[in-house]
Amino acid sequence: MKELDPLVFLAVFQEMLGPLLWLMILLIVAGTAAFVMLLLKERTIDSKRLVRAELVGLVGGVLALVLMAKVSSSGFTDAGGPADWFLIALVFGLGLAGTSILAYTFMGWRKPAR
Amino acid sequence: MYKDALKAVLDDAGKKNLDRRSFLMLGAAGAGSLLLAPGVARAESKLKSSARIVIAGAGAAGLAAASHLAKRLDGAKITLIDARKEHFYQPGFTLVAAGIKPVSYPLSTTREYVPDGVELVEERVVEFDPEGNKVVSESGKSYPYDFLIVATGLKLDYEAIPGMDVEQIGNNGLGSIYHSPAKAEATWRAMSDFADKGGVGVFQRPGTEMKCAGAPLKYSFITDDYLRRRGNRGKAEIIYNANNKALFSVPIVHEKVRMLFEERGVKVNYERVLESIDLAKKLAVFKTPIGPVELQYDFINVIPPMRAPDSVRNSPLPWQEGGWAKDGWIEVDKHNLRHKRFDNVFAVGDVAGVPKGKTAASVKWQVPVAVDHLIAAISGAETTARYDGYTSCPLITRLGQAMLVEFDYKDNLTPSFPGIIAPLEELWISWVMKTMALKPTYLSMLRGRA
Repeated sequence: MKELDPLVFLAVFQEMLGPLLWLMILLIVAGTAAFVMLLLKERTIDSKRLVRAELVGLVGGVLALVLMAKVSSSGFTDAGGPADWFLIALVFGLGLAGTSILAYTFMGWRKPAR
Repeated sequence: MYKDALKAVLDDAGKKNLDRRSFLMLGAAGAGSLLLAPGVARAESKLKSSARIVIAGAGAAGLAAASHLAKRLDGAKITLIDARKEHFYQPGFTLVAAGIKPVSYPLSTTREYVPDGVELVEERVVEFDPEGNKVVSESGKSYPYDFLIVATGLKLDYEAIPGMDVEQIGNNGLGSIYHSPAKAEATWRAMSDFADKGGVGVFQRPGTEMKCAGAPLKYSFITDDYLRRRGNRGKAEIIYNANNKALFSVPIVHEKVRMLFEERGVKVNYERVLESIDLAKKLAVFKTPIGPVELQYDFINVIPPMRAPDSVRNSPLPWQEGGWAKDGWIEVDKHNLRHKRFDNVFAVGDVAGVPKGKTAASVKWQVPVAVDHLIAAISGAETTARYDGYTSCPLITRLGQAMLVEFDYKDNLTPSFPGIIAPLEELWISWVMKTMALKPTYLSMLRGRA
């Protein structure tokens, strides 16, 4: 491995996901922007809403793992070493974090804190 | 105070999003792309040239070479010659034969990867004339060149096995994953049937150089796994026949596979090469040091001898002596893929007479080196580009796990992720790379983007 080029990652993800890639990037960018705008608007974190969002996030984490298993044609008995546990934790964690942020943002804009 | 809190939250939010992005960057696909990683999209300006470059063969190596050349040269006349309209993603054949992917998975068309400015001639090259600096196509047309890249791939020599009939693949316990996507699927049906019933499963590899020397091993492991999953392992015997005294050319990998085979109850015979086969009687005859040995099978995965295509073998291009002369592999320098006798000729991919892997990963690393040397020859510059034989083999050891074996000419292991992905460990992450990331990475390679 000689060089790491972000463009190569982009190329590979484009091949892998096709138009879905842009949709995902759009979702990430829009979700982040909406989240930041919500924080700026409210100038606080609504802890009740946060807890709910995290509960939704748990489901998101599990879904991320299910999706991963499906697209890689594998099951949950296949982990064979530390790198596998790391990947599982990573996928779950990212599903959780992403879904939590989106859920928090969605709830916040839908029903602003009093 | 609120401001501080907000700052902390924003920082946090920033991190979370970064995390998500780094998931995209570091996730399985990213990891996979590292394997076949890039000669990198070059930002430097194109070299003006009116050179005529002919590329014989539009498989993985030919297309990747065309893409790299088209990106780096301005005005050159690049001609790609290949009769086959379909493009096969060959690393996917094993997955089709394992019942994991559909028959359409490895299939696409050659034309969709041909870069702009490159002419595709849909014909076969029948004659190489390196003394006259030209190649001749089937229709008799001559293509003169200043530089030639030979990327014809190899020939699966089924005819060299008396009794073999490719039409029968899928019937009567006969499998052969290499032939084509359709026959890989037919092999899956035959193997699945075997996994339901049990019996004797015979596996082998040819006595010649071959593409992806890990594939025969993988398929033995996969068959073993299916038998276990269906509760029929006790009713079956699996016999692996190695062509020489090793299961894999890299000694440390051989030892690991030997241990795994022992653990899974796979019986191993060394120095056995399939000599002939009787499809009706389900009888395989092997050449051994003690004379012919017969093996009765219920399922067999036939992997034929592999040789350079006849047009190459009958040309002045192959090695003139040594082990590679007989099968016609092209005489190139193993570090820059340049022909040893005709210095405007390069050979990349399966047809190149270099040791080790005939794999997509080899192609990935060979092509930029060969192209660099070709372009240096045009511009009169020097290049230090060098290929050390890097190749990789995600060696599937059961469904859901693989060992990510990477190595070079010297039989050194060259792990891309030392300390994270152990090369001789059966891991899910390596399987994830094989099933998810390798095909997109491969396709990026064809387009010269990876």
